[in-house]
Amino acid sequence: MERREFLKKILKWIFILIGGGLVLRLLSVIRRKPAPIGSIYENYDPTEHYYAMGIDIEKCIGCGRCAAACKIENNVPKEPYFFRTWVERYIITVDGETFVDSPNGGIDGFPPLGSEKEILRSFFVPKLCNHCDNPPCVQVCPVGATYKTIDGVILVDSKYCIGCRYCIQACPYGARFLHPKTRTAEKCTFCYHRITKGLKPACVEVCPTQARIFGEVKPRNNPLARFVRMHKIRVLKPSLNTEPKVYYANLDKEVT
Amino acid sequence: MPQQVKRLIVVFVALILVFFVIRSFLVPPTFGEYGHYRASSVKEILSQNIKYAGEVVCEECHDDIVEIKSGSYHKRLSCETCHGPAYEHSQAPDEYTPYIPSKRDYCSLCHGYNPSRPTGFPQIDPVKHNPLRPCIKCHNPHDPTPPEVPKECKGCHEEIYRTKILSPHALLNCTECHKAPEEHKINPRAFRPTKPSSRKFCGKCHSKEAKVSEEIPRVDIIYHGYGNLCWECHYPHFPEAHTTKKE
Repeated sequence: MERREFLKKILKWIFILIGGGLVLRLLSVIRRKPAPIGSIYENYDPTEHYYAMGIDIEKCIGCGRCAAACKIENNVPKEPYFFRTWVERYIITVDGETFVDSPNGGIDGFPPLGSEKEILRSFFVPKLCNHCDNPPCVQVCPVGATYKTIDGVILVDSKYCIGCRYCIQACPYGARFLHPKTRTAEKCTFCYHRITKGLKPACVEVCPTQARIFGEVKPRNNPLARFVRMHKIRVLKPSLNTEPKVYYANLDKEVT
Repeated sequence: MPQQVKRLIVVFVALILVFFVIRSFLVPPTFGEYGHYRASSVKEILSQNIKYAGEVVCEECHDDIVEIKSGSYHKRLSCETCHGPAYEHSQAPDEYTPYIPSKRDYCSLCHGYNPSRPTGFPQIDPVKHNPLRPCIKCHNPHDPTPPEVPKECKGCHEEIYRTKILSPHALLNCTECHKAPEEHKINPRAFRPTKPSSRKFCGKCHSKEAKVSEEIPRVDIIYHGYGNLCWECHYPHFPEAHTTKKE
């Protein structure tokens, strides 16, 4: 055998080996089986649940316990610009103008109104992430750091988030903020660590008037099913086709 | 097939393979298993610490208080609404004691008068209602029924009573406008109290000719809101006369 021919053969084999290895690696990536759900969730099957919340405006007394409890449960920064849930006060005057305020999210109560004579109607609206079924924030995330879980909750992967704030811009409900320390997006998780263990979200747990009802869309035997049967339901900004899963009862037309 | 096309195909196949290999190293292990996200991040979120234990846990030890509370106006309040997060307390009762609110400010977060609150929710004016005395001196927070048990109409018509005490009609007794037969208390539906039926009734105080205090707002009882009965525009238990602006 000539030297030239020998080298050619050797090179050919090296190429085949490397190429074959690459193909095998590729196949293993493509064929990778998803980890069983049990390896992520313990004693909990997310395919059996689909969560949502109901809020009755008629029952909210604006005490702000929900916003306070949320901050404690989820270690939300104490500064009054960061909220996963908050309470807004709507004031509609006799002239038809609407004013909205939410001093410290309602945690310290609401200051008295100057003159009651000018008020046509006034009420409180608790707000939080609507956990949309068609979430704009998830669509815009460039790295896949925000997502909808199997049971319909929108979460943020804080290790993977690059802090670009697209999602904060995209959310039509203003439900997201950038955590001042970690510089990643943050939002309501429906207290995912609690609901998967059978507890209620912290805001629902402490609500003194049951203005907040937590439950599920899918199985019919739960408090939310009763809520949506007994009330006339509206969602926020239905025209945006985000399909929110926070259902409001007795919502005023001025609320957006 | 020409030689150069063959070479190009080889180069492209090699590039595509290299792309997939690099991608397989860059994409985190559990990405894309349940959707366009890292499945293991769910596990990280699930590992967050619980702070609020939930009411069921409190009942296990404090059944005496739960029993008092279960018959009171505060029966649907969760313990942690007032006492704050108690998960640590439930795990190590001696090391962590939950918060016990004792100041007036805390009760008035819910019960301080605020016109935005729903009608009928029990509210007081913290300035006028027994100033400076701590609420818990008179009201047991686990059973906050006022010390004087109501014996009159408000025993059953609490909502109307609460609305009325915030209205300009606060000082009027129910019997001023309604005559209730004594049997009404025993058999309320069979013996109904009377209701005013004509504009003249309101005119007894609100007509220009009425001989009552001058501070009471007066209207021309014949032409004011002609064609309507008074209570078709004004709710008598909260007349809201002030919502119409003066020109």
